Amino acid sequence: MSIAITTQFICFTVLSLVVIIGALGVVLLESIVYSAFLLGGVFMSVAGLYLLLNASFVAAAQILVYVGAVNVLIIFAIMLVNKKEDLKPINDIKSRRVISTSICLTLLSLLIRVDLTNVWSLSSPQNSIGEESTIRIGEHLFSDYLLPFEVASVLLLMAMIGAIVLARRDVMSKDISTGLPVDQELIEKSSEPLLTNKN
Amino acid sequence: MEYGLDLEYSFNEFLKGFGLSSEIAHIIWLPLPMLLVLVAAVVGVLVTVWLERKISAAAQQRIGPEYAGALGVLQPIADGLKLLVKEDIIPAKADGILFTAGPILVLVPVILSWLIVPFGQNLLISNVGIGIFLWIALSSIQPIGLLMSGYASNNKYSLLGGLRAAAQSISYEIPLALSVLAIVLMTNSLSTVDIVNQQSGAGILSWNIWRQPVGFIVFWICALAECERLPFDLPEAEEELVAGYQTEYAGMKFALFYLGSYINLILSALLVSILYLGGWGFPIPVELIAKLLNLPINAPFIQVFTASIGIVMTVLKAYLLVFIAILLRWTTPRVRIDQLLDLGWKFLLPISLANLLITAGLKLAFPQFFGG
Repeated sequence: MSIAITTQFICFTVLSLVVIIGALGVVLLESIVYSAFLLGGVFMSVAGLYLLLNASFVAAAQILVYVGAVNVLIIFAIMLVNKKEDLKPINDIKSRRVISTSICLTLLSLLIRVDLTNVWSLSSPQNSIGEESTIRIGEHLFSDYLLPFEVASVLLLMAMIGAIVLARRDVMSKDISTGLPVDQELIEKSSEPLLTNKN
Repeated sequence: MEYGLDLEYSFNEFLKGFGLSSEIAHIIWLPLPMLLVLVAAVVGVLVTVWLERKISAAAQQRIGPEYAGALGVLQPIADGLKLLVKEDIIPAKADGILFTAGPILVLVPVILSWLIVPFGQNLLISNVGIGIFLWIALSSIQPIGLLMSGYASNNKYSLLGGLRAAAQSISYEIPLALSVLAIVLMTNSLSTVDIVNQQSGAGILSWNIWRQPVGFIVFWICALAECERLPFDLPEAEEELVAGYQTEYAGMKFALFYLGSYINLILSALLVSILYLGGWGFPIPVELIAKLLNLPINAPFIQVFTASIGIVMTVLKAYLLVFIAILLRWTTPRVRIDQLLDLGWKFLLPISLANLLITAGLKLAFPQFFGG
């Protein structure tokens, strides 16, 4: 076995272990802050897997979007509202856990079945385009994938407008859902900075 | 790779001369660039810290460090040694794991970004295809480390500092990336080597600063904000937040933050010089001088000479920018958080978007000047 293949194997093993253990931690840990940070670790390891597949642009985009934007915003939101209080106990927690575990196991078995039945071998090693991939992605985004690309941007615009409407309720005189005049006093209270509350 | 020094190739050939296989030669080669980057980064930080002390002293009509070595050049080493031997304290109610992981997450992406900084045609660690995009992606990891240390310190000042740092770095990343995109549009490549080569046609006249003046200013402002330098040092505003996210840190963990911020400053200065000031290019093209003096450009002696000129030029340009950053720090007041976010979202973002649009238009109209 050559050194390059050995390195690749070691990297793959470590990254997969980090992804699996990290993802389990995200779901199973009690502390929401740890879950959020572990999610960042999982995203980064997935980017590492992309790197191993010679998809460096996708890896960098994964880090930029998922780690740099999505995960940072999740952590940001958690820290803004973190009051360090225990979550309310749920009544039928055991049956809920059994149901969710069985659903997850079903999905897992489905994925394993896909893995076993699909033919994974590529036709030829020339298929890997490596450094060229950035150019190819650009060409596809502006030709055959133009419509999905634009639709995704419209979706993002809609989400943005929705967020602005929710965040700037104070500039509207009427409540958007009920149509009643807005209780200005309530808004004053809710727009108080959350960090001034005692922990 | 048309010509130029290729140290890796020559080193591997040299080892193969002793009868080693190419793989073993490669493994022996691998740690050398990594070590070189670490040494270069740390020496760069020592120089910058000394400059900061001396220039701030001059700005305030003081003398500054004087007794440690000639002109106090050994003062930064003394500071470093002091931090090295200090007790490593984790506050009683802090979260130990996150408290330790925070500074590491801040420092590692910054050092990793040195991968793409070229000092010459082949004088860089790796000419990866995604080049400058790698730096943008890596610098977006930093806020997680800042939020982590801010949260783990279990201190209100730290948490506020971490939140401010994350908000600041998210808002300034967008104009930063957009102004880099305008350069990439002109170069047709993300690779830093291609970006420098595209500017090397006519010496100082073909540098990107003349074609992208708006992009240059936007990039420089955003780079200062990303480095948390005054006038944008709100995350560690000492009058309001003690020291922001580093309040509870001492010893080597504090030193990691300190190193991280200064390495980031040098890295930003290097990238400004690569993106806008012609990188390793001499103001008059070296090829032209060689032709005038009738010297063969591919002779080994000339190659070594031009490579050293390239390194000197890159470092000189970068330190000129560091000098400007230090002067700015000691002469400007700090902006408020609302002014900071207003500047980022309402001024720099539209301007950099317009700059990108105009660059695209100019590229279509004048392909010979703006990269066809």
